[in-house]
Amino acid sequence: MTVPTAPSASTPAAALQGAAAGDRIFRALLTLAALAIPVLLGFLVYELVQGSELAIQRYGFRFLTTSTWDPVTDEFGALPLIFGTLLSSFLALLIAVPLSLGVAIFITEFAPSAIRRPIAFIVELLAAIPSVVYGLWGIFVLIPFLRTTVFTFLKGTFGFLPFFQGPVYGQSMLAAGIILAIMVMPYIMSVTREVLAVVPASQREAAMALGATRWEAAWTAVVPYARSGIVGAVILGLGRALGETMAVTMLIGNRHEIAASLFAPGYTMAAAIANEFSEASTDMHLAALSYVALVLFGVTVIVNALARVLIWRVSKGRQSGGAGL
Amino acid sequence: MRKEFRRWKSRVMVALLVVATVLAVAPLVLILGTLIVKGAGSIDLGFFTRLPVPAGESGGGVAHAIVGTLLIVGAGCLIGLPIGIGAGIFAAEWPGSIVAKTTRFIADVLNGTPSIVVGVFAWTWIVARQKHFSGLAGSAALAVIMIPMVMRTTEEMVKLVPHSLREAALALGYSRWRTSLGIVVRTCLPGIVTGSLLAVARVAGETAPLLFTALGSQYMSRDLQQPMAALPLVVFTYASGPYDDWHRLAWATALVLIIVVFVLSLAARIATRRRFDAPR
Repeated sequence: MTVPTAPSASTPAAALQGAAAGDRIFRALLTLAALAIPVLLGFLVYELVQGSELAIQRYGFRFLTTSTWDPVTDEFGALPLIFGTLLSSFLALLIAVPLSLGVAIFITEFAPSAIRRPIAFIVELLAAIPSVVYGLWGIFVLIPFLRTTVFTFLKGTFGFLPFFQGPVYGQSMLAAGIILAIMVMPYIMSVTREVLAVVPASQREAAMALGATRWEAAWTAVVPYARSGIVGAVILGLGRALGETMAVTMLIGNRHEIAASLFAPGYTMAAAIANEFSEASTDMHLAALSYVALVLFGVTVIVNALARVLIWRVSKGRQSGGAGL
Repeated sequence: MRKEFRRWKSRVMVALLVVATVLAVAPLVLILGTLIVKGAGSIDLGFFTRLPVPAGESGGGVAHAIVGTLLIVGAGCLIGLPIGIGAGIFAAEWPGSIVAKTTRFIADVLNGTPSIVVGVFAWTWIVARQKHFSGLAGSAALAVIMIPMVMRTTEEMVKLVPHSLREAALALGYSRWRTSLGIVVRTCLPGIVTGSLLAVARVAGETAPLLFTALGSQYMSRDLQQPMAALPLVVFTYASGPYDDWHRLAWATALVLIIVVFVLSLAARIATRRRFDAPR
């Protein structure tokens, strides 16, 4: 079939035919581009499974529950990594959620309209800063600051708790959690702001008409309406925190250990891959790291899917006018 | 009495919200401030034109990493942008098709994938097969990160084009493909450029996917088949090293990197704002 690039044929019939052929090619090319994405994902999963096959065969699910990680004797278990990933992300959310909720409520409910955009813009700029720059700042500014002020305060005041005992090195689980909090805050804040913005004004007005103060209107009428969207935003932030690599690698201290103290160094799945992958000398070590990557991938997929469903329910609720949960 | 308490409580809560906002804005100010204070002094012409000197000596620049970042990100764009934009146009033009629905969902999944996992993927896919590290493997990793982002923003932008424009073109006898490319895509081109710029800004600062693909290098390398330096890798290496002079270079490089990223993001925002906010 010959294909004219432009419908310049002399008879209308030929022009139509040329257009039809052009349409087919156009659609075929675009379909190919669109299909590349599922193919890519399939290929990614295949390569990860292939790469970790040795470790999967040898350890199976036991890999996730044992804590020896010794490249010398070729013995690997990922429990400390999983623990560190979950704990650092949990700490991050503990700090970031109240802050980002506060900012989002302030921007949508209380701030003068002139400063709404600038504040949102500044917080969202935080999301544009590369992870490695956070790491650099964390090593040379945040950690020295934390060591002399926050950590000594926590140790002095709450030292009787197991979380705040032991020597203070600086590089620690808590430092990683704090830098992660700064990094995920913009994501939680901007999604929360969006779901709060679609809450109908009638919610707020009804509460105020019943005599609520402005804070009560925001907290009892607006926020609950957007609840599942906010939960979605938090889970989205969790997804970011779980997979964050460079800043955590630079701040967490990188030790395969489960420690009760937040001042002790730890490790995360992403950080272990970043540090050890290019230096892994045995096939089993490489396979174990690939296995870690596969687990990390699986966890983030589940977390992100959950977040999307929750956020989607709010935007759907807006269209049908129903309550947000 | 009770009313007084509630008013008082409302005021306290709003004050707390203000405190939260100040706390949230503070990190950006602090980070940018430190970068400028510690980095600006080390940026001179030599910083951009010289190569690194042996460890422990002072001086030297990051010319190799600037070239490396340009080449790696450039090649990543050549692979990633056509696929991402094409897929985005497809998903917007045939929104109900199974391919579009599947692709949209999978793009969201890929968007949430940690970049370090993409790095492992690029390693097994390219580095392990070729048996050597290469800038090209880094480009492939960055392309994998860009494709789903670009696809989703392109789709959103194409969807913003009013249906009447498309119908008018079709009614005048334009074929489907000329309508799509000549009318629809052309109308929302600034939006597509914005999405692409944001994706470039994001991957230009990525370190994790380059760690074991492009690997980094102390020499000037213009061959994508060889290991290559990149600005984020330089920041990482120099920050973790023991020398004061390395730390100085790390701050300066981070400042340059962040200026590049911010300029790209700002350009993207200004382009969209002019196009889509003005008529409202």
